[in-house]
Amino acid sequence: MTTTLAPAEIEVEQPTGEDEPQHQRPWVVIVWNDPINLMSYVTLVFQKLFGYGLAEATKLMLQVHEEGKAVVSSGTREKAELDVSRLHAHGLWATMQQD
Amino acid sequence: MLYRKQFTRGRHGEIKLRLRTEERDLLEMLCAELRQRIDEDPADDELRRLFPPAHADDPEADAEYRRMVGNQLVGGRNRALDTVERTLTQSSLSPEEAESWLTALNDLRLVLGTRLDVTEEMSFDLRTGDPRAPELAVYGYLSWLQEQLVEALALGFR
Repeated sequence: MTTTLAPAEIEVEQPTGEDEPQHQRPWVVIVWNDPINLMSYVTLVFQKLFGYGLAEATKLMLQVHEEGKAVVSSGTREKAELDVSRLHAHGLWATMQQD
Repeated sequence: MLYRKQFTRGRHGEIKLRLRTEERDLLEMLCAELRQRIDEDPADDELRRLFPPAHADDPEADAEYRRMVGNQLVGGRNRALDTVERTLTQSSLSPEEAESWLTALNDLRLVLGTRLDVTEEMSFDLRTGDPRAPELAVYGYLSWLQEQLVEALALGFR
């Protein structure tokens, strides 16, 4: 995905990934494309688990389908683990990693 | 014959279920088979899509994840299969029962699709004498059922 943010005019010192303590870097949950799950089903699961509206859930599903994967949630390790297990319970191919 | 819809949404959010005897028998058999396979060996390679890794590049973290949620995932899948078997002869499903049907139908497709090595571009031309034809036909049937159930349930989300 792309961002539409304009470059900042004032340079602010940004923390770099390496300096940050590992436990503060967020975890992201990724859903991978697979040939079995129905597109309509994946959309419904995104609506149900994450409260997305139909348009948003469809967009995310299409990103998985067309780009091969999409980040569907992020947060603490515990939250990511919970989200991955809910996605697994629904048969989606989800993994988690530290951003 | 099969173009009649098996799942439709009722006025009060319930899901109307219309299956022929042959369809009920097939689903009962498939559910029993899957439960037995999960009982015998949840680590079976053909069941890998039911229990995928959470940490793709970290076997240690993944083992920890499996210790934590493995039994829960097995339990949820078995409960969904139980619900389908228990409600096969009903004429309507509560929203919760319909959710279990959705899970069970998807699980059956995940295992069968893994065995058949289904691809997105796969053709379902069964006239070629492909030895996989019977299972492909079942896979196609399950996909059709699931698509209808998703459609009926999705109406409640809009």
